[in-house]
Amino acid sequence: MGLNWRLGILALPVLLAGQSAHDPVPDIPLGKRIFESQCAVCHGQDGSGGRGPALNRPTLLKAPDDQSLRRAIAEGLPPEMPGAWQLSVREVASVAAYVRSLGSVPVEPLKGDPTRGKLVYQSKGCASCHIIQGQGRAHGPELTAIGAKRNAAFLREAIRNPAAELAEDYLLVEIETRSGQRIRGVRLSEDPFTIQLRDTAQGRFHSFRKNALKDVRRLLSESSMPAYDEASLPAAELEDLVAYLATLRGGPQ
Amino acid sequence: MRSFFAVYALWIWPSVTWCQKPVPYSRILEAPLKEPGSWLTYSGNYQGHRFSPLQEITTANVHQLRVRWAYQFPLARTEVSPIVADGVMYITAPNQAAALDLRTGRPLWKWERPVPADYQSIGFSRVNRGPAILDDKLFVATLDCYLVALDLATGQQRWAVRVADYKPGYSMTLAPLAVKDKVIVGLSGGEAGIRGFIDAYYAASGKRAWRFYTIPGPGEKGNETWSGDSWKTGGGSTWVTGSYDPSLNLLYWGVGNPGPDWNGDKRLGDNLYTCSFVALDADTGKLRWYFQFTPHDTHDWDATHVPVLIDAEIRGRMRKLVVNPNRNAFYYVLDRETGEFLAGRPYAKQTWAKGLDDRGRPILVPGMDPSEEGTLVWPSLNGATVWFSPSYSPQTKLVYVSTREVGAIYYKREAEYKPGTFFAGGGERRISAKEQWGALRALEATTGKLVWEFRLASPPWAGVLSTAGGLVFSGTNEGNIFALDAQTGKPLWDFQAGGQVSSNPISFEIDGHQHIALAAERVLFVFGL
Repeated sequence: MGLNWRLGILALPVLLAGQSAHDPVPDIPLGKRIFESQCAVCHGQDGSGGRGPALNRPTLLKAPDDQSLRRAIAEGLPPEMPGAWQLSVREVASVAAYVRSLGSVPVEPLKGDPTRGKLVYQSKGCASCHIIQGQGRAHGPELTAIGAKRNAAFLREAIRNPAAELAEDYLLVEIETRSGQRIRGVRLSEDPFTIQLRDTAQGRFHSFRKNALKDVRRLLSESSMPAYDEASLPAAELEDLVAYLATLRGGPQ
Repeated sequence: MRSFFAVYALWIWPSVTWCQKPVPYSRILEAPLKEPGSWLTYSGNYQGHRFSPLQEITTANVHQLRVRWAYQFPLARTEVSPIVADGVMYITAPNQAAALDLRTGRPLWKWERPVPADYQSIGFSRVNRGPAILDDKLFVATLDCYLVALDLATGQQRWAVRVADYKPGYSMTLAPLAVKDKVIVGLSGGEAGIRGFIDAYYAASGKRAWRFYTIPGPGEKGNETWSGDSWKTGGGSTWVTGSYDPSLNLLYWGVGNPGPDWNGDKRLGDNLYTCSFVALDADTGKLRWYFQFTPHDTHDWDATHVPVLIDAEIRGRMRKLVVNPNRNAFYYVLDRETGEFLAGRPYAKQTWAKGLDDRGRPILVPGMDPSEEGTLVWPSLNGATVWFSPSYSPQTKLVYVSTREVGAIYYKREAEYKPGTFFAGGGERRISAKEQWGALRALEATTGKLVWEFRLASPPWAGVLSTAGGLVFSGTNEGNIFALDAQTGKPLWDFQAGGQVSSNPISFEIDGHQHIALAAERVLFVFGL
């Protein structure tokens, strides 16, 4: 009897953490310390990548679930990634939990109403440029998991002032051909000799050799997304919209 | 009768078999003059020039270059710089080598040595940068730290010698350097707390001729530049092929970063001979001189570059020089007989030093060390340039260097030494990709002064070749393989290879016609007119 009682107490914290009895309880601050001292060499101090891939994203292609992530850390991913065989099971679990935390914005309490926000999204024409769960048009970034990638403050700023921080791979450029034709669009690819863009006017694809161009201007302070100010999107609607976007965490709706 | 033979010779052309002749030291030494159509050592010549004396491909006809053949490596991205001799191209991949028919790229033989299941690359990719050739053998350095001699004609193993134990983190990725009767190799492992060295082995037997430790032991000069026992795990890798001056009989070799990389608290002192060039007697391995570019480095700025040896007039006097665009963003001109610092200046953006003093030591900007909260410094840990080769053209007297313009926030963390694991003590976060760029820069060889630059879309990983046809060849991360006018930097030809170029170009002849070879991702392309 006494023995059972002791086992019950020992098992309690494990059960509370939602783990099976064999799983160690991850310690995220410990995982962070190990990551920054040993993993950051290749994956960047904040997990944004370097020689190794970026890890600050909701889905890791080579480690889609916790078990595969722990295995990747402990045993490595041949041929490039060494395994951290020197770490204990608990340390591996802690690094894995920390890596997971890098790729997912924690759920925050928001004052807006996501149901109303969805209506705002529809009524303001957001879907004419963005795709959620396959619905909409693909001018701008795909938003199905935007709530896991970006926090509310970032989303507010991105709607009010989209040029403040441009989305990856959405640099606006304006080119002028030797014949004087000007085309403005999103840069799709560029190397020292050629540039490819999709024009903002009709969404058509263009490819140029740079020696056929008079000028290539990078519009670093512009975004192809319109800025929604107080007049076009009152504060209450903005909060509802942000609350809706925050619910988009990649899963089926 | 004569014409009959001529016709007959033409007719049998496709079935001509090449004679794989021995490649004695004298051939390598004299190749630039006597057989410019061969490429017999990593940099083309012992002086580290990566310059081809061939001049069939010129500024006027380079636009006609096209792919003659391609070879696909079985594994990942290649950093190979091939060797070409007597109608055969010799290439390597990690623990692999092959001889290819120079006309077609078809394999004549292949060799492979298994990578042990418990082998790990700590802090670098699984790559190999090429073989060395000497006499009747091809020499390959393996990931698991064996130097292997292969029969030139068949690829069969003649001997294999263990250079180091891979388990604590030693590895080899470089092309060996064959000099006289010896083969010289260096090591990777600067992020694993190794104690680096340079080794020479007799080509005939595989017996070790000498070893030079890049971290001096107790009682040796330089050991006092390491506090406590920190020398034991001091790093000082030697993972890029060196150069050689036959007249001085000196080997020049670059030494990597101290360990742990970003936390110097427990290795106080200058940490010799990390981040230095060392000049060694090629027969004995004895140190003649050293020059340390980055004393007590905390940014991972290995000086593992190909030393470029040139003779030029400095302040009215002909001098034997070694020049180097360094990872730390400064260009250096040294006397290669003595190591005396003669000139230096930044050739890329840097924020860590106010300049160099009259002995070439950096005058530090305070507060640029990695820190707990992060310190923004240019250049990033991969530096203003890295392992890939610069080129020197004796025609233009310019040094061409692929230059990276990237800053990073450097972090310092604890580092605990456990053999076979990372011993780094931090890391970096690079500035946004939008702010990163690169350039192929042409620098005046005796000063480092910028003469022209060709702007690149992102920080490059490709080496440079210059040719007597007045051209410079290199590649980009976006997959371009290109040629510029060596005098002006004007682009004259480019080819989209479909993958990042992170290797070194070479040039050679096939049937008397000049060709260029450069790999992109895992495909080696051979171009000709």
